[in-house]
Amino acid sequence: MNKPLSGDQLLKRKLAAAFAPTNDSDWTLIIRPKTGWFDLHLQDLWRYRDLVMLFVRRDFVSQYKQTILGPLWFIIQPLLTTVTYTVIFGNIAQLSTDGLPKILFYLSGVTAWNYFADCLTKTSETFVANANIFGKVYFPRLAVPVSIVLSNLIRFAIQLGLFLGFYFYFLARGTAIRPTMALWLMPLLVLLMAALGLGSGIIVSSMTTRYRDLRYLVQFGVQLLMYSTPVIFPLSQLPDRYRWIMLSNPMTPVIETFRYAFLGTGTFSWGYLGVSAAASAVTLAVGILLFNHVEKTFMDTV
Amino acid sequence: MSAVIQVDRLSKQYRLGQIAGRRLVDAVNRWLAKLRGQEDPLSKIGSVTASRPSSSSDASARNRGQAQTIWALKDVSFEVKQGEVLGIIGRNAAGKSTVLKILSRVTAPTEGEARIKGRISSLLEVGTGFHPELTGRENIYLNGAILGMTKSEIRGKFDQIVAFSEVEQFIDTPVKRYSSGMYVRLAFAIAAHLEPEILIVDEVLAVGDSAFQQKCLGKMKDVAGEGRTILFVSHNMEAVRRLCTRGVWLREGVMHMDDAIDDVVDAYLDSIPQQPTAVLGNSGLGLTVFDIRLRNQSGVHCSTFRPGDDLIVEMSYEANTSIAFPGFAIVVQSFKGSCFAANMMLDGHQPAVLYGKGQIACTFKSIPLLPQNYTVQLAIRARNGKDLIIGYNDVAYFAVSGNLAEYGYKGGFIALAAHSTPVVVPYQWRLPDGTVASVSLNLPLT
Repeated sequence: MNKPLSGDQLLKRKLAAAFAPTNDSDWTLIIRPKTGWFDLHLQDLWRYRDLVMLFVRRDFVSQYKQTILGPLWFIIQPLLTTVTYTVIFGNIAQLSTDGLPKILFYLSGVTAWNYFADCLTKTSETFVANANIFGKVYFPRLAVPVSIVLSNLIRFAIQLGLFLGFYFYFLARGTAIRPTMALWLMPLLVLLMAALGLGSGIIVSSMTTRYRDLRYLVQFGVQLLMYSTPVIFPLSQLPDRYRWIMLSNPMTPVIETFRYAFLGTGTFSWGYLGVSAAASAVTLAVGILLFNHVEKTFMDTV
Repeated sequence: MSAVIQVDRLSKQYRLGQIAGRRLVDAVNRWLAKLRGQEDPLSKIGSVTASRPSSSSDASARNRGQAQTIWALKDVSFEVKQGEVLGIIGRNAAGKSTVLKILSRVTAPTEGEARIKGRISSLLEVGTGFHPELTGRENIYLNGAILGMTKSEIRGKFDQIVAFSEVEQFIDTPVKRYSSGMYVRLAFAIAAHLEPEILIVDEVLAVGDSAFQQKCLGKMKDVAGEGRTILFVSHNMEAVRRLCTRGVWLREGVMHMDDAIDDVVDAYLDSIPQQPTAVLGNSGLGLTVFDIRLRNQSGVHCSTFRPGDDLIVEMSYEANTSIAFPGFAIVVQSFKGSCFAANMMLDGHQPAVLYGKGQIACTFKSIPLLPQNYTVQLAIRARNGKDLIIGYNDVAYFAVSGNLAEYGYKGGFIALAAHSTPVVVPYQWRLPDGTVASVSLNLPLT
């Protein structure tokens, strides 16, 4: 048969297809133009968990291959930053550190903020940076941001180690610092930071597929955002009527609680922490929904 | 046999040009303008339309100067049964890759649905996700996981993958140091060991040297033999014929034919119009060759021939000055090099003069060529046999297509003829037991 399908034949086929008994449950997968906003297929992500771990490994390993210092670089950045803050904000500007040793004060803030900032900036580039591989093969796109959050966790652990080093040194010297029961909240704090960083990162990422200028906003926005948190000076130093500015940043209670947990000094409040947790949860939820909505068609606009 | 893929009126629309307003400010401006009932501030005045307007709404959109859209696929429907190997063929921009992208979930359809039963693995590109800093070993795990294998699956097949790729020595060096051939071999080796129920392959066999391509084809044939379903897109008609059982021909985004593979490929090859010849000319002597056609022994203007057909090269020229004793040379070339030629410098049959409009034709009788792609080159020399009036140019392309089995060839690698030395001279084997086996391309068709 060398003839193309005639109009009749095509029509017959269409009718047959339209009226053929289709039982949705027979099919493993149905590809449709639009899926609901809430159709999340998160079990896909679980099936690809090996891939997530391999991404984590790849990100981590490729960072320091062929460098001399290797993972030592993860310690140098917070160290140098802390020293800079200590000199400039602590000694020259004489900003209060709530009675805590300057190094511990700034290092704790830097360590916590680094994790959040890294999560945000790195996930915000997901779609654009990976457009190449996203365009060629299917895997749940969330695997990339999740792997970023996890590999940042390793970095965070290393920097936490640095912090603990200084911590025990100061403890041994008999400084007036003591851990509190809030230490048990540490895993929650990490979770909060991850959720917030991941959520806002993927919101930005979903939007940058269309509007590239958001990337630049994120880059300097994160830097400025740091100044509205207690990294540089404690919440207690802010006059009451300005406190709401700092408190509107969900990272503020996290950092204060972090200091309170390890060092015994800081503004700790279940209320603030609760609001922060709610904000993180909402951000993450909105982020995932938006991401899910965008991932199907972003290849056409990125 | 049940259907494992059902494509139902699949359509995909793309917007052309800049996605309007790449800046956030632009989007806000547009929205404000819309609110105020004003014209879109970013539309262009009198924009050019897309080449394929498909509906009146596009026409009015054109008038309003908004973004043009194009239907890369429209109402494509077909079914693939378990164990079938379906070849999707068509010209460039027919929508073949778009179908694969939709089935691979890389992009979503605009309309229609696709239903799938079983796990799909797609090979739209080799080496997806390879990271240059990681070693071959690490990349095998990474790439395998990206393609959908679990770590334990990869571990189990690791040795086979390395053996297939032939890069054992280099498995622990970073991939950025690999030659491009090694890179491609490793990438394909990983992909070749996927065990999905449904495999989607998009022209990835166009890489690597011919020995490797044969290996890949063989491996894909094995995969097909195991009862897996394969969707195969390629421009290599011989590979398509060999691997596929059924074919779908897409033409400008629309289904044109859905039939047994040989029928579809034949129809498709017959439809390829002759390449429009660039007009060749020598302005100094006022000579132009403005039309070159290939015909077969029935006089039909075509670009596909069967082995043993006559190949007639017909050239129409116009000479504004008298050119004495021009020597024409026509060379038929395959990818391996020149096959044979007709050269007036050698045979001495130069025409006395070329003046005005006329035609020269050369008939190659019974071309002894295996199924492959060929080009025709033309050169015209001056009387002294040295000066080129018109230098060698690829003036025509043709393909030889046919099932060698119909010519009495019985070998198991018949369809790999596309990679063999193209010219067949009749020959005879005298075998140890005394039998004589004669081979030529001139056996009558059954």
